[in-house]
Amino acid sequence: MSDVLSFRFNVDGEDFTSAGQASVQVKKDLRRLGLDPEIIRRVSIAMYEGEINMVIHAGGGQAEVQVAEDAITIILEDKGPGIADIEQAMQAGFSTAPDAVRSLGFGAGMGLPNMKRYTDYMDIQSTVGVGTRVTMRVDIPQ
Amino acid sequence: MKICTIRELLDARIITGEEQMGAHVYSACGSDMMSDVLAYVKDQAVLLTGLVNAQVVRTAEMMDMHCIVFVRSKEPTPEMIRLAEESSMVLLATDKRMYEACGILYSNGLVGNKVKKEPGI
Repeated sequence: MSDVLSFRFNVDGEDFTSAGQASVQVKKDLRRLGLDPEIIRRVSIAMYEGEINMVIHAGGGQAEVQVAEDAITIILEDKGPGIADIEQAMQAGFSTAPDAVRSLGFGAGMGLPNMKRYTDYMDIQSTVGVGTRVTMRVDIPQ
Repeated sequence: MKICTIRELLDARIITGEEQMGAHVYSACGSDMMSDVLAYVKDQAVLLTGLVNAQVVRTAEMMDMHCIVFVRSKEPTPEMIRLAEESSMVLLATDKRMYEACGILYSNGLVGNKVKKEPGI
């Protein structure tokens, strides 16, 4: 593998309206690199769901996207409350999001399942009271 | 189905994207839950929703959708219009309710993920 191109973003947790800006930017950056539209779509949807999660649950965080020849890796890190039961959180339909978030179109318990669905690999490391680190990878067929 | 056909069938107003009325969509999704929309990838789809916030436009953009129809007389905010213009997305608004709007498009050939041939395509 040769060079790895890396994009870093601060995800602002203050304003739900602006959530997703990093994912929109990543989508533009990946398009400029001339990657396959299907790969771009999978990466940007997974990152977008993760970004929304960070804003809803963790008050924002850091996002990093690494583009290598054979894969795109997304790392989302926050200092939020952490996930007590990751297995439960992964179940479609399970959500701890407040009602106010549901009225905005999210919080249906589909975020983490969607992130898993669109990526080839996903790992969640979380400690209650410390924070969460989500690593996702989308492979680029050679 | 052409976007201009969707506009006619739903008696919808064009909020932005008039120059793209001739573009085609091949599937549709009606939902106010954006994570449900994000769960199913569709090519060149139209999103029908009664939800009005910036995440609707971002969700559509993530899904490579070309057109959003706001149902139940909902009007997008100036911020949403700006985001849509940046992504060359068509925004339409109809007075029809979600069920009726989806039903009209479905019965005229826009059937979810499948494509029915439209005369002239």
